[in-house]
Amino acid sequence: MAKIGVWIETGEDGVKEANFGVLTAAAGHEVFALICNGDAAGCKAACERYGAQKVVEVTAESGKLSDSPDLTARALAAAVKAYDLQVLTGLGSLNGRDLLARTAAILDAPLLQDCTAVDFSAGTVEKSHFSGKTVATFECRAPVWLCSLRPNAVEPKASPVAAEVVSLAAPVSDSGAVKILEVRRDASGVMELTEANVIITGGRPMDSAENFKLLHECAAELGAAVGASRAAVDAGFAPHSMQVGQTGKTVSPRLYIACGLSGSVQHFAGMKTSKVIVAINTDKDAPIFGKCNYGIVGDLFEVVPVLTEVLKERKS
Amino acid sequence: MQVYVCVKHVPDTAANIKVEGDTGYSEGVKFVLNPYDEYAVEEAVRVVKEKGGEVIAVCVGKPAAVATLRSALAVGVDRGILVKIDEQLPDACVVAQALAKAISQDGEADLVFAGRQSVDSEGMQTHYRLAAALDMPVVSDVVAFSLKDGGAVVERECGGGAREVIEVSLPCVIGANKGLNEPRYPKLPDVLKAKKKPVKEVDIASLAVETPETGCRLTKLAAVPDRGQATMLSGSVREMVTELVRILEEDEKVL
Repeated sequence: MAKIGVWIETGEDGVKEANFGVLTAAAGHEVFALICNGDAAGCKAACERYGAQKVVEVTAESGKLSDSPDLTARALAAAVKAYDLQVLTGLGSLNGRDLLARTAAILDAPLLQDCTAVDFSAGTVEKSHFSGKTVATFECRAPVWLCSLRPNAVEPKASPVAAEVVSLAAPVSDSGAVKILEVRRDASGVMELTEANVIITGGRPMDSAENFKLLHECAAELGAAVGASRAAVDAGFAPHSMQVGQTGKTVSPRLYIACGLSGSVQHFAGMKTSKVIVAINTDKDAPIFGKCNYGIVGDLFEVVPVLTEVLKERKS
Repeated sequence: MQVYVCVKHVPDTAANIKVEGDTGYSEGVKFVLNPYDEYAVEEAVRVVKEKGGEVIAVCVGKPAAVATLRSALAVGVDRGILVKIDEQLPDACVVAQALAKAISQDGEADLVFAGRQSVDSEGMQTHYRLAAALDMPVVSDVVAFSLKDGGAVVERECGGGAREVIEVSLPCVIGANKGLNEPRYPKLPDVLKAKKKPVKEVDIASLAVETPETGCRLTKLAAVPDRGQATMLSGSVREMVTELVRILEEDEKVL
């Protein structure tokens, strides 16, 4: 049994659901849930449901962790030493990957990012190489190693234990070299693409930013996040934060609905590990139909509104 | 300003990757400048255009990687350094050390740009380790960059459409993301001129890079086949959609 630290990403509503898969992957080992936002007590219930024995409120002796990713990484590195952790893991979100990379550099320990599978007992992980075209297996025998897990890579499964809340005031201080001045949210209530269970994506045929409303309406029924292809982003129909694929986000939802996408290698790089892929395209010979699960030949402007309608009817 | 930009020579994202042996791949494909590095190169060139100074591209790779350095030279980089290495997928710790040594032996860096990740090994960490080796702060996933009062103010994508505004002191390492700028395309005269720009080649052995056993090893590389031909739905739009929703709900259980 290994001692595993799990960095927990929190949001406005406490522990983000996307962490549960990471905790599930570590469950059965001695799991330390590391809370860096100051509310370990509030996170206890969620963490213990997925097998964390210790919920650690991590702070720094001087400075506030939320002001600097550098300081947070120093505190995480101190936690690894304080609890003699063999592995530090966490959600491979943008912040998770950032913090783990900083911590790995401090500890000078190996790190595997965006893993799609992990076996902590065997010390093996799988991750994408070449944009999802190959999967690489790594063996980790280092005394301390780190890995981030791709959101949705592991299906969450509860394994309740009773956790103890402890606190760690890490003997670290901030260099002051990296300071967060503010966090800007351009659109409130936007679901993070990488953590969504269902994604509906529009391509170049969307034809305008305005038309994305169609996808948003359908997404509301699906509980989905809305994505865009590179062509749609480059044409100015959607912001880059919505782009799925090479040079955009890599997503792994349970259901991916591609509307008006040809199925380029670069797009598949970002969504290949989705569980079920559905394509809607007017061209019956579109390459995407050769590499997805279900296909509808039709105009997205006709098909998507009907899909929205059918989903609505199903609810009532 | 002395600005360095780290670039990687990688298979084109559209290339078919053929696995060779347990952990190798066939290099008989088109190679390009790593897509994220294009944003790093562009930003480095823009900074020097505005502030004056020199942009130096540094690459750790096989001898063929000189082509990628030339493509950086064609869009405004002044000179290149190639650290030659034999491995196809070298460890990030080794690459970071080699970059750090090559840079510090060459000059005093005011700024170092790199792409946020490479599209071959997708390690997402080399620039962090480079920053640690150079004892500089680092910010990655950067989508806006400006110099201000002796430091830099950057914007970083942090998920859910949110951006952090971060102040970082100089010298620092910046991991570029798409959105940072619009990389320029090289013009033919610039491509020709780039052939005459200096590229220094050094062997990694000459840099005395420590290659400690990190305890982490690539043991297998395997192709991921595409899923096959889709099950095509038929009937009217309404019939197709109704059947699709039924399948997703009852058979696939993803709704």
